[in-house]
Amino acid sequence: MADQQDTITGIDVPVYLKYNFTAGAGPARFLSQVKNGKLTGQRCPRCQQVYIPPRGSCAACGVATEEELVLPDKATVQSFTIVSIPIPNNPIKPPYIIANLVLDGANISFIHLMSECVNEDVRIGQRVQAVWKPEEEWDYSMDNIRYFKPLDEPDVPVAQIGKLPVSGWEGMSDA
Amino acid sequence: MRDIAIVAYHQSRAVADAGACNEVEMIMPVLNEVYGQVGINNAQDVDFVCSGSCDYMQGAAFAFVAGVDALGAVPPIKESHVEMDAAWALYESILKIRMGSAESALIYGFGKSSPGELPIVLSQQLDPYYLAPQWIDTVSLAAMQARLLLEQGVITERDMAAVVSRSRRNARQNPNAQLAGDISVDDVLAEETYLSPLRRVDCCPVSDGAAAMIICTEDKAREWGVPYALIRGIDHRIETHHIGMRDLTDSASTRLAAERAGVGDGPVDVAELYAPFSHQELILARALGLGEQTDINPSGGVLAGNLMMASGLARVGEVFNRIVAGEAQRGVAHATSGPCLQHNLVTVVEKA
Repeated sequence: MADQQDTITGIDVPVYLKYNFTAGAGPARFLSQVKNGKLTGQRCPRCQQVYIPPRGSCAACGVATEEELVLPDKATVQSFTIVSIPIPNNPIKPPYIIANLVLDGANISFIHLMSECVNEDVRIGQRVQAVWKPEEEWDYSMDNIRYFKPLDEPDVPVAQIGKLPVSGWEGMSDA
Repeated sequence: MRDIAIVAYHQSRAVADAGACNEVEMIMPVLNEVYGQVGINNAQDVDFVCSGSCDYMQGAAFAFVAGVDALGAVPPIKESHVEMDAAWALYESILKIRMGSAESALIYGFGKSSPGELPIVLSQQLDPYYLAPQWIDTVSLAAMQARLLLEQGVITERDMAAVVSRSRRNARQNPNAQLAGDISVDDVLAEETYLSPLRRVDCCPVSDGAAAMIICTEDKAREWGVPYALIRGIDHRIETHHIGMRDLTDSASTRLAAERAGVGDGPVDVAELYAPFSHQELILARALGLGEQTDINPSGGVLAGNLMMASGLARVGEVFNRIVAGEAQRGVAHATSGPCLQHNLVTVVEKA
């Protein structure tokens, strides 16, 4: 028997566990509407903030968000990053933009892609609109929106981002 | 040392499948219930919050953070989490109050076990080099334990069947129970074995649900003006993760925790034991020194419904309920974690 043992630096112990994941009753109502091409937010009965996508509760107040309202597919850039390195298994070729967007009428941002834009011109406060996949491809997914593209509207001042009404920005900026 | 009072407790009904509900949606109604019991609005009205859950049950890293969405954590709150049964969240909360860092605490535990295959999911809590790669499930390990007890003549299959029969009968009075009914000892013995020598009825069901509790100093309990019970002792002990090095026919860690918690300092009217398998209730009753005068698992115990990661807290809650209802003066609650009763926590609760 050898006096010297090889040093074991690692062992492979793969873990496979299967789950039947459920999004939740609130998120499921949202996803059902996304399949129909509708973006449905949910309003907190206490603080009145509108969440999209809803998670089942207002995280600030800890209460269920029952009231629903259909939101337009126009949004404002709250923040963004230009991705310059390839991400394994991601079909999108860099450089591309991931942005934190707030829909008109909503108070909380979600993350989506931006395209049809000059990357260097993208900025906080920029107005964007969803570019949808063809209707026959719609599923229970935010992927129904391919990406958001810039709108020819004036920028929203930082202090106003996340505070626009459902009716949007144009009316407000004219006033 | 300051006495700590339990002032509120609630659990959701144990169900085999909570359906579309996500974890936040399971937690919120339970929290609202305990807020209502002491007349507060939300987690802003307590000094500390601690939860117990296990991300493996949801199959998502940091899944427990989503539970915080149920609290109303704006403005920020003092919050902590244990990747354990919420009975250990109670333990952490008690330390927090004893250190003088809080006057009151909200504790909650939740588990939606139905999305995964629970006995297999729990196999991944075993030692990662030898046991977890073998995917040894919790039921098989418990069956080995039961086999030892039977072969050594410590218990009989009839003793195990009696535990099941009593659990189902007691559970008829428990509106939160998942399994209740009349099943005689002979009925149990007539059933086929599942993982020998265990029958399906010897094993707790897989359940979805949540439980919550509010504890505080005695002064705070008087200020809230609600009925309360006092936590007189709490201790927890753990045994080695090498199953082969443990005496599986006994629970040395429970016995030690019971001594340190002061179980023997007075009569025990009621005991709620976290025994996921019938034979384990017999081990626990012996380790805790419980005799004829103790009503064991009047709720039906976890054989009637097992809110994984909340059942340990629920045992304390059941004892609390019986004491404030005047049905008992002094009770013991036990919580367990790990395979074959590896880790055990014992709480003594008394009438104020």
